[in-house]
Amino acid sequence: MFGDFAAVNAITFEVEKGEIFGFLGANGAGKTTAMKMLIGISNPTSGKATVAGFNVFTHAEDIKKNIGYMSQKFALYDDLTVTENITFFGGIYGLSRKRIKEKSEILIEELGLKNVANKLVGALPLGWKQKLSFSVALLHDPKIVFLDEPTGGVDPITRRQFWEMIYKAANQGTTVFVTTHYMDEAEYCDRVSIMVSGKIEAIDTPKKLKEQFKVNNMNDVFLKLARG
Amino acid sequence: MKRFIGFVKKEFYHIFRDRRSLFILFGMPIAQIMLFGFAITNEINNVDIAILDHSKDATTNEIIHKISASKYFSIKQMVTREADIASVFKKGQVKAVLNFEKDFSKNLIKEHKATIQIITDATDPNTANTISNYINAILQKYQKELNNDLTITYQIVPKTRMVYNPELKSVYMFVPGVMTIILMLVSAMMTSISITREKELGTMEILLVSPLKPLQVIVGKVFPYIFLSVINAIVIVVLSIFIFKMPIEGSLLLLAFESVLFIISALALGILISTISATQQTAMMISLMGLMLPVILLSGFIFPIASMPLPLQVISNIIPAKWFIIIIKGIMLKGVGLEYVWKETLILVGMTAFFMAISVKKYKIRLE
Repeated sequence: MFGDFAAVNAITFEVEKGEIFGFLGANGAGKTTAMKMLIGISNPTSGKATVAGFNVFTHAEDIKKNIGYMSQKFALYDDLTVTENITFFGGIYGLSRKRIKEKSEILIEELGLKNVANKLVGALPLGWKQKLSFSVALLHDPKIVFLDEPTGGVDPITRRQFWEMIYKAANQGTTVFVTTHYMDEAEYCDRVSIMVSGKIEAIDTPKKLKEQFKVNNMNDVFLKLARG
Repeated sequence: MKRFIGFVKKEFYHIFRDRRSLFILFGMPIAQIMLFGFAITNEINNVDIAILDHSKDATTNEIIHKISASKYFSIKQMVTREADIASVFKKGQVKAVLNFEKDFSKNLIKEHKATIQIITDATDPNTANTISNYINAILQKYQKELNNDLTITYQIVPKTRMVYNPELKSVYMFVPGVMTIILMLVSAMMTSISITREKELGTMEILLVSPLKPLQVIVGKVFPYIFLSVINAIVIVVLSIFIFKMPIEGSLLLLAFESVLFIISALALGILISTISATQQTAMMISLMGLMLPVILLSGFIFPIASMPLPLQVISNIIPAKWFIIIIKGIMLKGVGLEYVWKETLILVGMTAFFMAISVKKYKIRLE
């Protein structure tokens, strides 16, 4: 709560395992705040929430072990190399040295970062950084991964590749909780919710939402809802 | 533990890959010590002095000649009356006045002893000290020459008098002062910057979402700086012993203990600053204005607390650096043990605990 303004006001939703859940809303609609409550860095004033089967109020520590998070800002260390970043984040999630080594080899191979593995991350193009950042968030095989506007400022090709990575993670059973501004991305989600001033105004599959609002694309669904 | 080591390793990468912080960490202490060292140089050259010769005989002439022949002094003027000495000093024309007693030669021959008074302007205590040492050296050399030829020993007794600052209060003050500043700078400013940097970059959020506990994050962040601060303290002490011949009279162990205590209190302040500032720039400004200035101005490092107006004297009590300077001055210069500085130590411990408590509390609030 910020003063008497509720950034997130009594929202209710459920996300299935292995689902790609799009969490949409205009700037300031409360997406980030809601997400912060779920990942345990902001406390809800009241309500009930479970993440990965754990209660947000009482088992925040268990939740932390089972989720991955990628924030709006690119948040790897620019002054560490690719390998060092992977090793560091693997380390704080308590992965064994052997596991970290295996994981980082696979990851570097998959992302095609072999040539730059020992370069400082700061020198990489943004698209590569974002993909690396996503992979790092998945390093400890979380049950749910939270992505806060992961594709901001990235070119369309990289965005495409990024979504391929999201699909791949979902296919392997990871639940993906993603916020985004791009309505074309909303189409890629299994289900989306649309938040307007702290409340969820719509929640369904993109297809059904388009039928419900009798429009052709998610952009129009969003505009209809946001303009009220 | 393994997580902790990984974290600390990461911190060291940050530090060693950032030239700016490397410079502040290691360049600064050495530069500061050297700067102060040059300011308090032991070399003197062509210092203007005045002479008051009550005897005007062969011996005094010879001594005056020897002094003016040395490259260290030039005789600016001859004073005729005792009363003129004060005015010569006040005009700032000379740094020292040599006052030969009446019947210098006669006394030397009859009583084998003659007295010369060396009066120095101790507004600059270090120079005053050096001047009197140099004059003494010249006198001793002359005395030796005299005694070489003769069986009787003649004695020229120099009586040194420092005017304006007889106790030479600030002579070795600079080492404890610089040490305090450096430890404050490295510990408080660097940690607050390094923590706010993570906030600014957004990595702090990632760390807080991870299973790491907030306390682990903080300890992991400050630990490298404890280590580096200790190294800095050692560098400063070593430099001051070997380059500036600073005596360390007291126990090095006690000195180390007190330094670590001060480092921890500065770190706690650094954490506190990082909780109230959102950007590195803010953290730096708050550290500089809120910590460095008081440390320099109010800790008694440059300006004696005793001569401050009362309100400032009261304020100086809440500055940890003041107590630390008292403690290390005592240990370094007077060689006192814990039994003399336990009160100050206790105050420092209390302050450290207080800062720790607030910063942990603040840090928790911020999380919610």
